[in-house]
Amino acid sequence: MEDITIYITDREGKTHDIEIPLEIDLNLMEVCKASELDVDGTCGGMALCASCHMYVESDHELPEASEDEEIMLDQVLFVEDNSRLGCQIKVTEEINGLRVKLANLGSE
Amino acid sequence: MSQNSVDTDLLIIGAGPVGLFTVFEAGLLKMRCHLIDALPIPGGQCAEIYPKKPIYDIPGYPSVLAGELIDNLMKQIEPFKPTFTFGERAQALQKLDDGSFIVTSSRGTTIKAKAVAIAAGLGCFEPRKPALENLEKFEDKGVDYIIRDPEVYRDKKVVIAGGGDSALDWTIFLSDIAEEVTLVHRRNSFRGALDSAEKVAALAEQGKVNLLTDTEAKSLNGNGVLKGVTLKHKTQGEINLQADNFIPLFGLSPKLGPIADFGLNIDKNAIEVDTTDYSTNIPGIYAIGDINTYPGKLKLILCGFHEGTLAVQSAFKYMFPDKKLSFKYTTVQGVNGFE
Repeated sequence: MEDITIYITDREGKTHDIEIPLEIDLNLMEVCKASELDVDGTCGGMALCASCHMYVESDHELPEASEDEEIMLDQVLFVEDNSRLGCQIKVTEEINGLRVKLANLGSE
Repeated sequence: MSQNSVDTDLLIIGAGPVGLFTVFEAGLLKMRCHLIDALPIPGGQCAEIYPKKPIYDIPGYPSVLAGELIDNLMKQIEPFKPTFTFGERAQALQKLDDGSFIVTSSRGTTIKAKAVAIAAGLGCFEPRKPALENLEKFEDKGVDYIIRDPEVYRDKKVVIAGGGDSALDWTIFLSDIAEEVTLVHRRNSFRGALDSAEKVAALAEQGKVNLLTDTEAKSLNGNGVLKGVTLKHKTQGEINLQADNFIPLFGLSPKLGPIADFGLNIDKNAIEVDTTDYSTNIPGIYAIGDINTYPGKLKLILCGFHEGTLAVQSAFKYMFPDKKLSFKYTTVQGVNGFE
């Protein structure tokens, strides 16, 4: 299997080109953590904390958000139509070239 | 009510699964424990974030709900009569000349302990705040993130923001108490508990609740004390509402908080420990569970159980350097609780 590349823009506006091997079963929250981007992944990937809230900025067709993910998105700040939880987006061949931007989590 | 002062052997900061199980292991060594937690209930993340989720990697349990695990741990530590300070954050730590510690809480409770185990997970849960200018200026002057006493809102004009269960439930509850309740939600549907959402819709139809979807708060108005909230509807523009209270309910997120200032060695929001006994750079302070870091660290509840077990052995020697410690299996000795 080949590697894919995705582009993640951090909260400071810097875009990181990240190569991800496909053979490891990762999601975008885990990719952010492994790349030392500022994502806590508090709930460990259960769509229950929204610390990996991000905006999908390219027009990739992603699997639809689950009910759990929609419930969580109802509760977070700065939700937009392209909001997703990174932990619910699996790294597959189909997301090669995906562009996402980390959402602001609110004031401290 | 806040207890003014507590005296204990081991203070455990954080009443999540690891903090709770540590009470058991400390109890076997005849050490009394007090726990402090910012949440109002025991269980930490297991209670606050995922009480209904099954966990599959607790040894001996093919599957256990997180909430159930906490109930079981509470039962398991009962013989050792732990005491608790809930709803208060460990705010400051002071080491005394005799090697013991005084920890002061966010509400002024002081806890004296011979040793401290920090089992604080990802930190203490604090309310998520919306990004509104002047928000902090109105805190406790009309803006609340947590509803402690609903009576405060009697005959007041209240604006609640959020789309989750707590926003729905408080809207329903306060509709009987407040003069006027407005629920503001960024999206046009609620996906929290269906019956709560239906109840709010029914109250809106009866005119008991002012329901504004596709709307978010833009700014807060008032001179020292909150007088109104300016909202923005997706298509219909700005709405100005009179309000005595604005209650944003966007859930809780963990913050390392004051622990960062305890003088401990910290790497990326985690406390560095020696894996011999999970001690920190300050003798007498241990860090166990998700809050610590070391080469090969895995954030698993079962690893935290191990860490707490070794930490209390070391804490015993720290507290009672002249006492002998002999390790006994529970199968041999049973569990001898405290009176």
